[in-house]
Amino acid sequence: MTTDTQMAPAELGESIITIDGLNKWYGQFHVLKDIDLDVKRGERIVICGPSGSGKSTLIRCINRLETHQEGSIVVDGIELTDDTKHINDIRREVGMVFQHFNLFPHLTVLENCTLAPIWVRKTPKREAEEIAMQYLERVKIPEQANKYPGQLSGGQQQRVAIARSLCMNPRVMLFDEPTSALDPEMIAEVLDVMVGLAEDGMTMLCVTHEMGFARKVANRVIFMDGGQIVEQNEPEEFFNNPQNDRTQLFLSQILQH
Amino acid sequence: MADVKTFVPAPDRAPPSSAVGPIAWVRDNLFGSIGSSIATLVFFYLFFSYVPPFVEWALINANWTGSDRSVCEANAAGACWTFINVRLEQILFGLYFASNPDELWRPTLIFILFFALLLPLLFEKTPGKKWLTIALLGVFPVVFYFVVYGGYFGISQSNTTQWGGFLLTFALAFVGILLALPIGILLALGRRSELPVIRSMCVIYIEFWRGTPLITILFMASVMLPLFFPAGVEFDKVVRAMIGITLFQSAYTAEAVRGGLAAIPKGQSEAAMALGLGYWRRTVFITLPQALKISIPSIVNTFIALFKDTSLVSIIGLLDLLNMAQTTARSMEWKGYDIEAFLFAGFVYWAFCYGMSRYSQNLERKLDTNRRN
Repeated sequence: MTTDTQMAPAELGESIITIDGLNKWYGQFHVLKDIDLDVKRGERIVICGPSGSGKSTLIRCINRLETHQEGSIVVDGIELTDDTKHINDIRREVGMVFQHFNLFPHLTVLENCTLAPIWVRKTPKREAEEIAMQYLERVKIPEQANKYPGQLSGGQQQRVAIARSLCMNPRVMLFDEPTSALDPEMIAEVLDVMVGLAEDGMTMLCVTHEMGFARKVANRVIFMDGGQIVEQNEPEEFFNNPQNDRTQLFLSQILQH
Repeated sequence: MADVKTFVPAPDRAPPSSAVGPIAWVRDNLFGSIGSSIATLVFFYLFFSYVPPFVEWALINANWTGSDRSVCEANAAGACWTFINVRLEQILFGLYFASNPDELWRPTLIFILFFALLLPLLFEKTPGKKWLTIALLGVFPVVFYFVVYGGYFGISQSNTTQWGGFLLTFALAFVGILLALPIGILLALGRRSELPVIRSMCVIYIEFWRGTPLITILFMASVMLPLFFPAGVEFDKVVRAMIGITLFQSAYTAEAVRGGLAAIPKGQSEAAMALGLGYWRRTVFITLPQALKISIPSIVNTFIALFKDTSLVSIIGLLDLLNMAQTTARSMEWKGYDIEAFLFAGFVYWAFCYGMSRYSQNLERKLDTNRRN
């Protein structure tokens, strides 16, 4: 990607996400095993690993798109339980960007961005639109505000999806393979937006295989396999001096081409 | 690198003249292959051997004026529209209004009102569509009740057993459609619910009413419904038919809507969840609008079927458009003109169903947000 120089280390605050002894099963299949993870405010974490390693499932547990069976997840001081009110309290503070964008195709770009602020945050419509335009400018597509998602390129759609999440003014952003469905020329425009977010101090958890992005932006890289955290380290150490042979194999496979 | 070439896209050229124009169109589309040529010729042969004689009978030689059958008997080479003309009020509005000419303004007013509310809705540029829709779906049925049924404001009460003709067809179909859509939507949502009790209740309801012929339901509504109420509670026959039709129709509508809901990718509600939207907001703003858009063709399909199926109320002794047309053609006065009666009834059914079909196609086009402008 752009340059190899690493960003200045983030000013880390107190814990915002605390995952303790997390276990999850799909039927008989044990998909997450004894996950412990503590995320500090302002921290930027990249999670990588082979497909089926549970990395998407892990971040989807954080905003309760998946339910877990054992262990605890505390987000911003609120523990995730079956209590719908708690779940919605957490979801409004945690933004998520999906692999396939998941924009609402029947709403314009602007309406995509204002729907949740208006109905969840009770922001007046005019104000919500102003905020949305600010974020659309930030992701460099204010001129598309009145178009429908189907009229945009993949890269533009993903930038709208990021803006849509930011309109809720979240404290944490989750990225679930945000560039995996994009053409090569569009990956850069999405990663640029994500780098900009990181520079502004957003707490980010990114499931991605963009190792250039990981090197540049992450404070910590986590490698998962078989539903477990195999290894985690600062990017410099992680890439240059992986401790586990599974990590070494994975890195050699994705970096050799 | 010194010698970098600059990429210049080649300009677009016009297609060769042999590929455009009317002759090319006829050659490509009508006589493109041996099979296509045969199909074209067969079509033209059938068209010219059947359509002109029919037009001659139905329009050119037809009898339009007069007040009794002597006109038609004098000119047997043409259709007898005189009959329809003379009995039009009975066929459209039923016996009560046909036999009380002073009351004819009531159904006439209702249909004028209906079209006055409906037609502006068909044009994209009409202002205040929201209010027109509310007037059509919310206020119009109330006006219909007071004006057609009467009994208030000095308007004499009409006897529903003497309701008939197109007015009855219209009333049954309108109520059926109006009530079946919201009930069907709730049933479809219920059938996809994660709560087993709600889900199985909806499944049982849908499968029961969908698996029962409408004739049976109408019979049951007519014979069995009174058994559930204390003796002396008299239930209007038309209301019973409306209840039966709504129960039946809502099951079909539910399945059409469920098909639409099933086609919405899971990511849509996940994205809405991730934004903190609760179940009802997700449903109302995200999944349902998209599902209804997809299911427009199948929902309208069930509406069209219902519109025609209302003629089954003849089984409980109600004379809708079709049965009224048939009845008038069996009267001593107009015996033998069944073909005209059926053609006329068929034309009215067709005009309404075709209107619904065209409107749904327009709606689909209008709601298609994937087109690139």
